[in-house]
Amino acid sequence: MDAAAALDPETERRRQRMGLLARASAAEFDAAWAALAVLPEVTDLRGPETGLVMLTGRIGGDGARFNLGEATVSRSTVRLASGHIGFGQLLGSDQNRARRAAIFDALAGTEEGRRVVDRLCADVEARLVREGQRQEAETASTRVDFFTLVRGED
Amino acid sequence: MYVAVKGGEAAIENAHRLLADRRRGDRGLPAITEAQITEQLSLAVDRVMAEASLYDPGLAALAIRQARGDMIEAIFILRAYRTTLPRFGTSLPLDSRAMRIERRISATYKDLPGGQLLGPTFDYTHRLLDPTLLGDPDIPDPAHRDGGLGDLARVSDILDGESLIETEADNGAEPGDITRTPQEFPLSRAERLQSLARGDEGFLLALAYSTQRGYGRSHPFVGEIRIGLATVEIEIPELGFSVAIGDVRVTECQMVNQFKGSTERPPQFTRGYGLVFGQSERKAMAMSLCDRALRAAEYGEEITAPAQDEEFVISHCDNVEATGFVEHLKLPHYVDFQAELGLVRRLRAAWQERGDLPEAESVEPIGEAAQ
Repeated sequence: MDAAAALDPETERRRQRMGLLARASAAEFDAAWAALAVLPEVTDLRGPETGLVMLTGRIGGDGARFNLGEATVSRSTVRLASGHIGFGQLLGSDQNRARRAAIFDALAGTEEGRRVVDRLCADVEARLVREGQRQEAETASTRVDFFTLVRGED
Repeated sequence: MYVAVKGGEAAIENAHRLLADRRRGDRGLPAITEAQITEQLSLAVDRVMAEASLYDPGLAALAIRQARGDMIEAIFILRAYRTTLPRFGTSLPLDSRAMRIERRISATYKDLPGGQLLGPTFDYTHRLLDPTLLGDPDIPDPAHRDGGLGDLARVSDILDGESLIETEADNGAEPGDITRTPQEFPLSRAERLQSLARGDEGFLLALAYSTQRGYGRSHPFVGEIRIGLATVEIEIPELGFSVAIGDVRVTECQMVNQFKGSTERPPQFTRGYGLVFGQSERKAMAMSLCDRALRAAEYGEEITAPAQDEEFVISHCDNVEATGFVEHLKLPHYVDFQAELGLVRRLRAAWQERGDLPEAESVEPIGEAAQ
């Protein structure tokens, strides 16, 4: 995305982090939660709540936008006692995961929290890469290798 | 005409209790779970999400279970649930070029970059009932092939290089939203695509079939079908940048159609586009054929067939609306019918007075309709 290219490195890191937190499983959040030395004091600023986002496509794949249909999205905004504010938003109706995503987004602002969040995000990313590679190899196995039969003309 | 009547509360309550019992079925069998439906009846889940116009596999599975497998009932339930939620915003456009591909085929180019990737398809199966699936047989793991998928260029990009195919330009227009503004014909192509994306698969399939059989000019090729996971990104206004919130499975169909050219346009291939939630190839193909048929006026083609008639297609493709109007006929119309009954009696009396009806054929008055 063009807008993303213009982001400063720290903001871009946060953007990547939030994208990974959106895909973290409940178990991955639990493991990271258990790794925190001190559990954060959390104030809910918004939500957690579930609503809709209209997904858009492009006509013909790259033409004008059109509305494809909606998806459920859960989101949460939290403030930690340290003053750090975090945003969590992910597809689906799982408000607990959305709130956890917001808390870890906020924790990334604190020094000791950052280590745990980085570990969590690294784990999520590694899993996503593994899943992607497996799925890619499975799809690749269904590639058609055409061969031409020798015709009897000569 | 509708009149308030009392009564039936106990019958309705018991009917719903009976429904719950029949839905559960034999208590000796384990109850089916949403996770089982999502995993093992995933294409049913995909269809419900597509036609309910709401992407949420877990809720779609719940709707299928609640509806006892009645797909249109499940679509209705999920569509109704949708109206209870606030809308947070709009996503950035899904990028089908960057999709994580699970299947990709082209009927126009054998050797397109990246090749033909069949994926988990029913194609080339023999459609014979498989008794080995009874019980819980061991299923072997899928085969693997290293080396990745490589460059999976779009077929439309290949044709585009020679200007042999019309290009889709992004004019930056804000798309109309049929869920927010009442439909007014003619619709924009964007609004038509939104309608078609949630239209009934059977209805659109039949219309698409009709264009192939001669009801509307069409000479289509499947330029490309791709199924895969597309990343959803939304803007976070408080932060001023966009973030990924997850991935959705979609099916895209680029249908390529012949066009002889007109005074304004050179001969070139034109396109019909289909994009549908989930793995829904039949629906995406039908959608792209209907999209192209509905563009007849754009190309100065004569509108002669139902599939080319925008008002006919779009007004009737929504199975929730269609169900509502067809099924309302079973609701009490007692007073309506009494009025019609009186009218027919008067007409018959007048007709008999004119002496047209032989005595033997005269029909006894029908008894009062059950109230």
